[in-house]
This record gives sequence, structure tokens and C-alpha cells, in this order.
Amino acid sequence: METTDIGLWGVPLAMLGGAIRVSTPFIFVSLGEAITERSGRINLGLEGTLVFGAMSAYAVAVMTGSPWLGLLAAAVAGLCFGLFHGWICKFPKVNDIAIGIALMLFGTGLAFFFGKPFIQPSAPDLPAIPFGAWSDIPQVQAALNVNVLFLIGAALAVFLWWAFRNTRVGLIVRVVGDSADAARAMGLNPNTVRLLATGVGGALAGIGGAYLSLYYPGSWTERISSGQGLMAVALVIFARWNPLGCFAAALLFGGAGALGPALQSVGVTQGYYLFYAAPYILTLIIMIATSSPSRTLAGAPGELSITK
Amino acid sequence: MTGKFMLSRRDLLKTSAAGAAFGLASAAFPIRAARAAAATVGFIYVGPKDDYGYNQAHAEGAASLKGVEGISIVEEENVPETVDVQKTMESMINLDGASLIFPTSFGYFDPHMLAMCAKFPDVQFRHCGGMWNKDKHPMNAGSYFGYIGMGQYLNGVVAGHTTKSKKLGFVAAKPIPQVLLNVNSFLLGARSVDPAITCQVIFTGEWSLAVKEAEATNALIDQGADVVTCHVDSPKVVVETAAGRGAFICGYHANQSPLAPEKYLTGAEWNWAKVYKMFVDDLIAGKPLPNFTRGGLADGFVKMSPLGPAVGEAARKQFDATLAEMMKGGFSVIKGPLKSNKGAVVATEGQAFVETAIELESMDYLVEGVVGSTA
Repeated sequence: METTDIGLWGVPLAMLGGAIRVSTPFIFVSLGEAITERSGRINLGLEGTLVFGAMSAYAVAVMTGSPWLGLLAAAVAGLCFGLFHGWICKFPKVNDIAIGIALMLFGTGLAFFFGKPFIQPSAPDLPAIPFGAWSDIPQVQAALNVNVLFLIGAALAVFLWWAFRNTRVGLIVRVVGDSADAARAMGLNPNTVRLLATGVGGALAGIGGAYLSLYYPGSWTERISSGQGLMAVALVIFARWNPLGCFAAALLFGGAGALGPALQSVGVTQGYYLFYAAPYILTLIIMIATSSPSRTLAGAPGELSITK
Repeated sequence: MTGKFMLSRRDLLKTSAAGAAFGLASAAFPIRAARAAAATVGFIYVGPKDDYGYNQAHAEGAASLKGVEGISIVEEENVPETVDVQKTMESMINLDGASLIFPTSFGYFDPHMLAMCAKFPDVQFRHCGGMWNKDKHPMNAGSYFGYIGMGQYLNGVVAGHTTKSKKLGFVAAKPIPQVLLNVNSFLLGARSVDPAITCQVIFTGEWSLAVKEAEATNALIDQGADVVTCHVDSPKVVVETAAGRGAFICGYHANQSPLAPEKYLTGAEWNWAKVYKMFVDDLIAGKPLPNFTRGGLADGFVKMSPLGPAVGEAARKQFDATLAEMMKGGFSVIKGPLKSNKGAVVATEGQAFVETAIELESMDYLVEGVVGSTA
């Protein structure tokens, strides 16, 4: 293996590489949640969906030898979880947050149960595109090895941002999310729209899980997610329900998460626990800086149970 | 007069559950019931028992007992270090009839295992770790542990021969004495080959954080490390990430060579099979079980993975020679003159600490040549 001494350049490079590598599950889960919340529901169960998606993707990839079939399986599993949540929540007086927590525990538990035989075997990885091939430096090549799912996630963020503003479907989702009464007056059924929005959100979270187990870190273990699904749900609020904001916030979290290891690797070793807390401190600062006592959260859908 | 028939709800449940279990067992397995096991041994793991790491090492030890005449095994995995482990122990004792229990995770000891020791004085408990103290703890409790530092020293010897960049990487969980000893041993092993070698350590702060471990491995390799090892609960992610980047790997806890057969050099593994066999033999013979057991390579508590195909001739020779010397006993990894990486003297000329030395159990330094900090 050839090595080049890159010294302190390792830090920005690791943050760039980390942003690309670590952010993808955040992107998918937060985009999925953005769709769901824009329709007026909160699905806190996406952590469970993420873990179940990771497990089902890995299991199917091991059994069939195709990571793409694994990805499909994760999306379908996520869709089922989302539809289940949407279906239960359509009954009167059901609290979507409570159902979400229940589904989170159910999803992780079910994933552990079915995932047992798949901890040992190795599954094929999803392919990556070597955007760093122009460089002779192996570190740059490694950092710019971009997985296709990251690119799909980026494109999806732009598409959703455009679609929410400019398409009929986007308008329907927003109307249902802002005022169920107005939606009914227009002849729309809010429950159907929310059911579908939650289903799509679940499918995206499942894809995020597939990225975890099939690309980075690239194996199925029961602790693969370590709360990333929950963080991603919080990111949506942080991003003000804007898909482009979700994408940016996910990148920020990925990059900040790479900061701790990268700083230690160049010899900044004091206080690494503090660096590991960096993403959360950053979130707090931004939340405080952008909050206001005189208005509600900008961009919050009116029907959301946390803003009502 | 009804007092005699008054049962607490718990006792009622207990009795009926035991009755049901007995009925089921004798109905479903008449042959096994006839040759009832002489003793049941319970194993409790904090994570999945096939994690390529800490828990797998214990589970392999437990699995090795399955052929032993008169012994049956019960296992439970993913048991948190909370009151959950007490429930697990109770059910192993009450429903499975376990007479010896091995709670294998550090946090099970106090207060959980101690509470069960008091509640079930006839059951023996042996905890993996070094916490049992004869003045403070009951006699049906005990500790067993292995000294694996010399295994990391041998890892270092092979790594020192293999590295071209003269930089090694270590992904560590938390800066506790056992982890620090492993980091130091790994570097000192490598320095026995070439004193110019350095080792970069990255602490992830947790025993199991897949994404952070992968990031740490990438960061180490970005900085030029070409042989990587680790001390985390499940080395699977580190091994796969490092192999994916083209670096060599020294394993830890269990044998990870199936994950990267070409890149795996060797590894420091626990050999719990030997320890569990020892306890079970005493149990069958009706002898009192030892309360405090420790051992290293020479005692068979620790073993090395077979050397991989990438290990060169010179490395093989020094590995074998060092191993042979260790097997004689009395080998010291930490010996003077030795300084910490902050410049403090940790061992003066002529001073040597064998693996059982009590000083090593409060290690709070990284030796010269390790790049990293304990806080």
C-alpha cells in the first residue's frame, strides 16, 4: 500500500470524506421524515425502520448475492412499516408520536430477531464511484469514493424541494399538512395522503438502513445504527422541513462526526469527548440562535402534533 | 387455617412455571429427562454471541463444553447491564436449574451479581473481570480473567515486520488500564523490531459504535498507518474497513481472519474454553471452585490466531522465538528504561513488570512512541 504524508490536510479531507460517507443515512431518513411531517404526521419509528432496513438489506444481499435486491428489500420493508404507522394513525384519537415510539422498539426488536443468522456472513457491498481517480494521493481517492446512494440522495433532496413548490402532489401534501379542513374542502382525504406520505417516508428510511449495512460501515450488527434514525428525525426540525436544508444538515452532521477521529489522528488528542459532542453543541447553538419567542417555528406544518 | 395454602403471587408463578417446565421437559424429552444432567451452567452475554469479538470469544468457550458428559448449557445474549441481568440469572436458576453462572460482562458484577449471590447462596457465580475481593464479597462469587497484553505484544512484533510506513494504528474504546496496556504492548512489540515505529491511537469513547470505529480506521489510514488493530467489543467493522483500504490487520478478542484472509496477520484471542473446562471439571469432581483465577499466554487463557499468508519469514521467526520465551513465564512487556509519551519515567533501568504485576492494573499512561492522549 502506498502512502503519502498529508499531515494536517487530513482534517479537512476527513471531514469532507466523513460528510460524504456518514451523511447518507441521515439524508434518506430526514428526507423521508420531511415528506411525512409535511403531510402533518410525525413518524418517530424511523429508527426502527432504519435498523430493520439495514437487517433486511443485508439478509437479502447475503442470500441472493445482489446488493441491489437487498436495497429493494429494505425499501419494501420500510414501506410496510410506514404504511402500518399511517394505517394505525388514521383511527381517531391515536397519537402518532406514541405509535412511532412503539414501532421504533418493534422494528429494532424484529430486526434483532430475524437478523441473528446474518451477523457472521459477509454481504456484497453497494458500488461506489471513484471521483478521486484524478488524484495520485490515496487519501483523496478514498475520500472521494462516493457511493451511488449519496448521489441519489442529493438528487432526491433537490427534486423534493422543487416538487413541494411546483407540483400538484407537492401542493396536496402541503395542504394536508397545513390544514386538514382546507384539504377536506378541496375534496382530499387527509388520511390517505398521510398514509402514502408515511409509507414513502418509511421506504426512504429503509434505504438509509441499506446504506448502513451494505456500504458504510458495511456490516450487519445489532448496534449498527446507534441512534442515527432518531437524530435524523430531529434534523428535519433543525432543517425547517426544507429538503435542501435536510441535505445540508445531514452533511454538517456527517462532517462534524468525522472531526473527532480526524483530529486525534493528527495529534490533537486532548479533550476528544468534547469533539465528539461537536454536532450536538452545534445543533443547540443553531436552535437557540434561530428561535424566537414571538413566532412559531418558521416552515412548520400547521397540522403537526408538536406545533398544534 | 388457610395460612398454609397462602402463597405469594411470585411463589405461585414460580411453582407453576417450574411444574409446567418439568411437565413439558419430561413429556417432550423423555430420554434426556431419564439421563438428567448433573449440572447446568449458565452463560450471560452483553451483546450478540456471534459478534466476531468479546462475546463470541465467550460463546466459543461455552460451546466447547457442550460435549462434556453431565453438563448442560443455557445461554442468553444481549442482556443489558441493568436489573435485566438479575432477572436472567433468576430464571436460569429457578427454571433451568443452573448451579454455576458466568455473567461475562464487566458491569454485571456490582450490584447485580452480588445481589443474586446473596439471594441464592447455593449457586456459584464467576464473573469475568478482576473485581472479586475475599474481604468484601461472598464466597459463592468469584472472578476470572486473562492477561492479553502479551498477545498484543506479539501482534506488534508481526506488525513491526510488516509495516512499510513505520506507522501503526490502534482503534481503542476507552482509556482504561486494560486498553492502555494493550496499546502500549502493541507498540513495544513493534519497537522490538524497529525502534523508529510509532503507533497512533484513536479513542472512540464507547465499546461499540460502528460508524465512529469506521471513521477512526479511515482517519488512521489517511495518516499513513498501514497495520491496524483495535480494542473494541466487536472488531468486525475495523477489520473490514481497514482491509477495504488495503491496510493489514491484527485481530483482537476472537479470530477475525475469515473477514479478511489476505490482510489478517495474526490476532490476540481469548481461550475461554480452557478456563470454562477447568471450572466445570472441578464442578463435576465436587471440588470447591476457585474464587480468583487469572492467567495469560503461558497458562493457556490467551492464544494467538494462526499467522496469515502476508506474514514474512523474519516476522515468523521472531514471533515464534518471542512466543517460546513467553511460554517459559516471567516475560515482561513493560520494562525499563521506559518513558511515557509525556516524558515521565514509567520504569527505570532494570525495573520490569511481569504481566501479573499489580502496578499494571492502574496504568494511566501511553508509552513513548504512541501518539495519542488518555483524556
